[in-house]
Amino acid sequence: MNPIQARRGSTRWPDALFRAAALSCAALVCLLMAGLFVELTRNSMLSIHAFGLGFLTSSTWNPVTGDFGALSSIYGTLVSTAIALLIAVPLSVATALFLVKLAPPGLARWVRQGVELLAAIPSIIYGMWGLFVFAPYMADHVQPLLKDVLGFTPLFEGPTMGIGMLTAGIILALMVLPFTTAVMRDVFKMTPPVLEEAAYGMGSTTWETVRRVTIPHSIQGLAGGVFLGLGRAIGETMAVTFVIGNNHRLSASLFAAGNSIASTLANEFTEASEPLYRSSLIELGLVLLVITFLIQVVAHLWLRRLGRASGRRA
Amino acid sequence: MSRGAADAVVTTRGRDAPPFPLKSRARRRARNLGLKVAASAAALFALFFLFWILAVVVKRGIAALDWSFFTSLPSPPGGEGGGLANAILGTVAMTLMAALIGTPLGVLTGVYLSEFGKGTRFGSLVRFTVNVMLGIPSILAGLFVYTLLVVTTGHFSGWAGGVSLAVLILPNVARTTEDMLGLVPDSLRESSLALGAPRWKTTVGVVFRAARSGLATGILLAVARISGETAPLLFTALNSPYWPRNLGRPTANLTVTIFSYAMSPYSDWQRLAWGASLLITVSVLVVTLLTRWRVREGEA
Repeated sequence: MNPIQARRGSTRWPDALFRAAALSCAALVCLLMAGLFVELTRNSMLSIHAFGLGFLTSSTWNPVTGDFGALSSIYGTLVSTAIALLIAVPLSVATALFLVKLAPPGLARWVRQGVELLAAIPSIIYGMWGLFVFAPYMADHVQPLLKDVLGFTPLFEGPTMGIGMLTAGIILALMVLPFTTAVMRDVFKMTPPVLEEAAYGMGSTTWETVRRVTIPHSIQGLAGGVFLGLGRAIGETMAVTFVIGNNHRLSASLFAAGNSIASTLANEFTEASEPLYRSSLIELGLVLLVITFLIQVVAHLWLRRLGRASGRRA
Repeated sequence: MSRGAADAVVTTRGRDAPPFPLKSRARRRARNLGLKVAASAAALFALFFLFWILAVVVKRGIAALDWSFFTSLPSPPGGEGGGLANAILGTVAMTLMAALIGTPLGVLTGVYLSEFGKGTRFGSLVRFTVNVMLGIPSILAGLFVYTLLVVTTGHFSGWAGGVSLAVLILPNVARTTEDMLGLVPDSLRESSLALGAPRWKTTVGVVFRAARSGLATGILLAVARISGETAPLLFTALNSPYWPRNLGRPTANLTVTIFSYAMSPYSDWQRLAWGASLLITVSVLVVTLLTRWRVREGEA
């Protein structure tokens, strides 16, 4: 055996070991993902057997009689997320336009970092601020105003308590804003300069260029950003738990207290001593897992189709 | 002929009319101004809320911070004074544990993605899974670890809390590692391999070294992020009014303490919750800003 071969033999096994370690960690990630589904399903079997598909369509939630349905939690999750996106999407499009098209580079950097800091604030801090400062402000100033102007619709009726769907939705909007803004900023930046310069060259104003060139060119990427924001908002727990009011009654009014899947879990899980109660809560978690998993898969397939390495910040 | 040409001009104009009606210059200018105002207002709006939240946390938090906040146990319900020393210790212990478990696993996963699994089918499956996991709500990580460690051992524990945070940190670190190693040019790897260095030595000695500042930044940010997490601890570490002597028992931590104290009717407990909020916010923001500042220095 020549020296080179001997050397090769002696270095081969650490390399194989290194590779195997990396491979097994990668496999572990997939295993964790699968385990999440398996464990949540296994632990919610009791509730799945007891309620079947009716779990998803029943709005009763009665720990005393042991009768559980997910409808009010699912409804609250969807409504608060919808409010969040209705506010966050236009705001982040406008903020991204400000950063990319209007602000001088120095100012843009400061503003961008400020907006990104919103993502660094822990969820529970939004909850504290929401419960003790923002909800009372909503009750005293914003909600009475909305009621005066729009009180004839069923969306804005009832007592103005501050806590409730609307407040939760607004706080969620603040929390997803940095993520959607980052995606939209990246998307706007990818518009080929030639196209925009052509529009400017023909005498278009900034508004016309944005409206006719930049936005049509970025529309698919914007949709991806909306999806990532959706995935973020739908599972947000602590901030929502603080301000949504934790009530299992379905109500059309956005002023009313409600709940979301995540807030129900956060509030009731440690108090749930009955096996069926606990199992129903885990099934709620399973529902949330399936929803967020599907959103993530769709969002990433969509963005991958656009050929972008996006989602970095999401 | 001239007539024909004139007709042609007219018809072309009819056919190729701009897809939008021409507006007066004043109207176009007004719209443009409207865009500028709206976009600037949106940016200001976001910053306004950032400062509002930070101002409230600082103002109410500072009032709660004193020496005993950092050194003593919480007072009983309704009692005066007291501190959150046990919760601070518990949070630090569980965050460190999560970092010690999650970081090596995450880095190795990132190494697989960047060094071995590039272009393979399994590699793209893992990358996809990492991305999806990053978007799974943190409360589900808590629920998952609850079923794994709390149901099987029969009680809530600091270990379970640390593991649930580790589950969250893993995909984060994997993603950062892959991104940072991806920035290292292949020529460095090739030179090292051509000199006869084995793969592991190339990765650890050359690729890691080239990417070390990015890696350190990414890992630090990930650790800072999970140190402010609440939801995964609710069903795993729970909380406790005692010193965290034994991680096999429910373990005090800052975030769950904020949650339960904020919901309590005692003003002294609410005051402690604000103090804890300030402490968490400042530590997370300081790490975030420092790493960012470092990255920019590195670029310059």
